[in-house]
Amino acid sequence: MRKAAAYPSGYLDSASAEPLHPAARETLLAAYDRGYADPRRLHGPGRDARLLLDNARAVVAECLGVRADEVTFTSSGTEAVHRGLLGLRRPGTPVTLSAVEHSSVAHAAAWAGEPVEVAVDRRGRVDPAISAPEGVVAVQSANHEVGTLQPLAALDLGVPLFVDACASMGRIPLPDRWDAVAGSAHKWGGPPGVGVLVVRKGVRWVNPFPGDDRVDERASGFENVPAALAAAAALRAVVAERDEVNARQHALVDRIRAAAAAVPDVEVVGDPVDRLPHLVTFSCLYVDGEALVTELDRRGYGVASGSACTASTLTPSRVLEAMGVLTHGNVRVSLTRDTTAEEVDGFLAALPEVVRDLRAQVGL
Amino acid sequence: MTVDLELDCLGMLCPRPVIELGKRYAEVPVGGTIAVLADDVAARTDIPAWCRMRGQEFVGEDGEHRYVVRRLS
Repeated sequence: MRKAAAYPSGYLDSASAEPLHPAARETLLAAYDRGYADPRRLHGPGRDARLLLDNARAVVAECLGVRADEVTFTSSGTEAVHRGLLGLRRPGTPVTLSAVEHSSVAHAAAWAGEPVEVAVDRRGRVDPAISAPEGVVAVQSANHEVGTLQPLAALDLGVPLFVDACASMGRIPLPDRWDAVAGSAHKWGGPPGVGVLVVRKGVRWVNPFPGDDRVDERASGFENVPAALAAAAALRAVVAERDEVNARQHALVDRIRAAAAAVPDVEVVGDPVDRLPHLVTFSCLYVDGEALVTELDRRGYGVASGSACTASTLTPSRVLEAMGVLTHGNVRVSLTRDTTAEEVDGFLAALPEVVRDLRAQVGL
Repeated sequence: MTVDLELDCLGMLCPRPVIELGKRYAEVPVGGTIAVLADDVAARTDIPAWCRMRGQEFVGEDGEHRYVVRRLS
C-alpha cells in the first residue's frame, strides 16, 4: 500500500517527533496570514491574533478536559516542564522524582536543588507508595522510552504532583491526578516549538522565572499564535481519531514485540499491556546501538536508541539503567499515525538480518 | 575475591566488555566464576542484564569496576 503521507516510508520515530498532521498544516498556513499581530494590541489585526490565541487555548482545554484558563502555551515541552515543575515548588524544598523521568524533568529537579530519586521496577513502573514529606513530586504519565504507563491514580501524596505528559498527550486522556501537567505539540503531530502547560485552578503556582507582561501571566515572550492554533487543530484531530489509531498501533506494536522477542538474545522491555499504544523498546545482546541504528537507517528504517554510543552525553539511557535492563543494542520503535502493516513487516524482516550480521562482525 | 577467569576490559566501550564475557565465559567449568574488569559506565547495568538473559548468576560488584559472574550452564 502506498502511503499518502509527505514523509518517507520507514520513519519509525514518532516518539521523537510525529510528522505534522494535515489538519495542522492547513491551519498553520491560514494562521500566518491572520495571526501575525501582537495579541495584546487593541487594533483589528491584534484583536484577530487574540481571537486565534483564545480559540487555540479553548480547543486544547476541550481536548484535554480542562478549563481554558488552566492552559498556557510555552515555546517547547521542555519549557512547559520547567515552568510546571518549578512553579509548584516552594523555595528551599526538594523535588522528588521517579528514576525514569525525561531528562528535562531531571535537569529541572537538579537545578532546583538536591533531588530525591525514587526507583522503578523492571517494567519501569514507579512504586505507587512514592511519597515526600515536603516539596513537589514529579511522575510522568507514561514513559517516553519504553511506553509504560505510571500508576498515577494510585498515588496518595500530601504534596503537589507535577505530571510530565509529553509522551502521552493527545494519544490517551490526561490522568485525573495532577496539579500541573506538561505536553509537547510536536509529539502529537503539531508543529515544533509549542509546549502546553496546564496548571490546576486554585493550585499555588509561582513563576520560577522572570515575569512578562503578556496575555497569559504564566507565559513569557511574544506568543506564537499560528503555531499554537496549529497545535490545537492537530490535537483536536488526534483526539477524534485516537480510538481507531490506538487500536491499530497497539496491534502493530504487539506484532513487533512478539517478532523482536523471537530474535535470539533480544529482550523486549516495558509493560506489555499497560503501555502507550505506539511505541516499543528492545535491546539486542552483543550489538552496538549506533551500528544498529545506522544499519537500519541504511535499509530505510528510522529508529531511536537509548544506548550510550548514540547519546550526546555518551552515557546510557537513565530509563534503561533504572529498570536494570540491557542498555546496549537498544532500539526504540515508535509508529506514526499512518505507519502501515507493510512497513512494520519490512522492518521485522530486516531486523534479524541486521542483528545477525552485526553479531557476526564481532565473532558471535 | 578469587575467580577462575579474569577478563580485563578496562578502557573498552560498551558493548565490548559484554561481548568478551559472552565469548569467553564457557572457558570456566559450570559452577566456575569469571570477573570482568570494566570501567565503561554501561557495564554496571549490562553485565547483570547479560546474566539474567543468559541464565547465569551475577555474583556482584567486587570493588570498583570489577563484576563477578558465576557460570550456571
